[in-house]
Amino acid sequence: MTGNPPAWVIFTYIVTAMLFVVAIRRLRTVGGARSGNQLAMVGMGIAVVVILQQAGFDNWYLIFPPMVVGAVIGAVAARQVRMTAMPQMVAMFNGMGAGAAALIAADDFRRLDQLGGVPRLDGLTILLSCMIGAIGFAGSMVAFAKLQELISGRPLTYPLQKALNAAILATIIVLGVIIVAREGGIQLFIAFAALSFILGPLFVLPIGGADMPVVISLLNSFTGVAAAITGFVLDNQVLVVSGALVGASGTVLTQLMSKAMNRPLTNILFGAFGGGPSKAAGGPAEAGGEVRSATVEDVVALFELAREVVIVPGYGLAVARAQHDVKRLADQLEQRGIQVKYAIHPVAGRMPGHMNVLLAEADVPYEQLYDMDAINDEFSQTDVAVVIGANDVVNPAARNDPSSPIHGMPILNVDEAANVVVLKRSMNPGFAGIENQLFYNPKTVMLFGDAQKSVSELVTELKEAS
Amino acid sequence: MHGISGQQFAIDCFVFALAVFVGFELITKVPAILHTPLMSATNAIHGIVLVGAITVAAVGHDAISNTIAVLAVFLGTLNVVGGFVVTDRMLEMFRAKPQPPKAKEPGKAA
Repeated sequence: MTGNPPAWVIFTYIVTAMLFVVAIRRLRTVGGARSGNQLAMVGMGIAVVVILQQAGFDNWYLIFPPMVVGAVIGAVAARQVRMTAMPQMVAMFNGMGAGAAALIAADDFRRLDQLGGVPRLDGLTILLSCMIGAIGFAGSMVAFAKLQELISGRPLTYPLQKALNAAILATIIVLGVIIVAREGGIQLFIAFAALSFILGPLFVLPIGGADMPVVISLLNSFTGVAAAITGFVLDNQVLVVSGALVGASGTVLTQLMSKAMNRPLTNILFGAFGGGPSKAAGGPAEAGGEVRSATVEDVVALFELAREVVIVPGYGLAVARAQHDVKRLADQLEQRGIQVKYAIHPVAGRMPGHMNVLLAEADVPYEQLYDMDAINDEFSQTDVAVVIGANDVVNPAARNDPSSPIHGMPILNVDEAANVVVLKRSMNPGFAGIENQLFYNPKTVMLFGDAQKSVSELVTELKEAS
Repeated sequence: MHGISGQQFAIDCFVFALAVFVGFELITKVPAILHTPLMSATNAIHGIVLVGAITVAAVGHDAISNTIAVLAVFLGTLNVVGGFVVTDRMLEMFRAKPQPPKAKEPGKAA
């Protein structure tokens, strides 16, 4: 099986690889994206059917039952998950693939070890895919738990954290070198796999919930690399190509995201950003000024005088599941001849493009969605900017307070609008735990309460007023 | 069955290196609006490890390796099916909808 597949099998793998490339190419455009995903499904289908044919029916009981159960659970989970829970769903599925790669490596190591020794080249590739797969699996599970709020989204830090992680990584590498040099040793291998499995959570736990998109993207890329190295282990080029494509894409996305936050990736991964509650505690006094609380009627009055309204959605909108009400609000405003635009910060929500998906779900035409660079010059002509559940991405401290931990991050220049309405649950600081000067700006009014409730009250009030 | 040869390894490295370049070229050009579906679609694509899991399952030979293989096939299938279905659901919403602004159009012109 792992030896020499017939030539026609390899040719079908070429077809699969080409379909994957064309699929990703199609994902560049809104119109072609869905068909792109379907092409990838066809490519996957071909590869799976071919390998099933190659596998034969001797071990059918090891293959078909888990496939059927996995397919049913996967399809049902993916159908039922709410759009707001999409990031953790991707983290979960990503972890599954990583886990599979680690298990394949473990099985191959055991097989070769029993045959009398693990040749060095096999040892090297097996250990790499086992390590990356185990880190990716356990790390994804922790990312899932953080986003699902099974555990706190706050960074978990303790003394000597980095030293401990470095020591574990060093031990893993030393063990790996010994295993490769000795050409085997199942006990050592188990220790190697267990330590890799522990390193995953240790690596993700100190990273705050706000940085999870970057982490999921990085873990996605890890799993791609693990799949590619599994291809080396089994000498299967379709795994090598597909895994390499995903590894490259995950890396690019990760870089795009950390660039949007204007923080080097190393800072996100090792900085335990937003960890110090002490930092946030010092904030309010410095920010100073008074917070103006508004009623629904006050906000409607602002709308009545407006010509252009820009809606700035953030993760709070997703949590409150207010996207449909926001769409109704926009319809009401448009009926009054007000121009409505949506300003989407690259890291709004919890994954790049997350906001776009949520708003698309509510039938918001994507021509109305503007990314940061396209909208930032417009705020000076905007009458009312409505910030719904966003915080750090509109914090002017990023522009003008060099001591702020988010200083330098590009933000939406909401404070340039004539009026700012902030819909927010309470005065609690955002995910990053940083006080926001925007709330103390004399142009700003705060509409406290659940975003979904506030927006639907605004819609009702607007209807009555017209 | 006794491991991979240096030539095989070299050819796989060759394929890997080229695929990485293709991946970079393809993906730097995707608009931000499609980043989430892209991440989700590539997430499904690395479910290709399922092919590896089936390969391993086909040569399962004792209780431990059978257990490992069953788990790997299960996880790989979850990754593939869940990943593609979730991506399809996201993209379903992106279809260019025939702008449904009904009778409100005159109001908009005001």
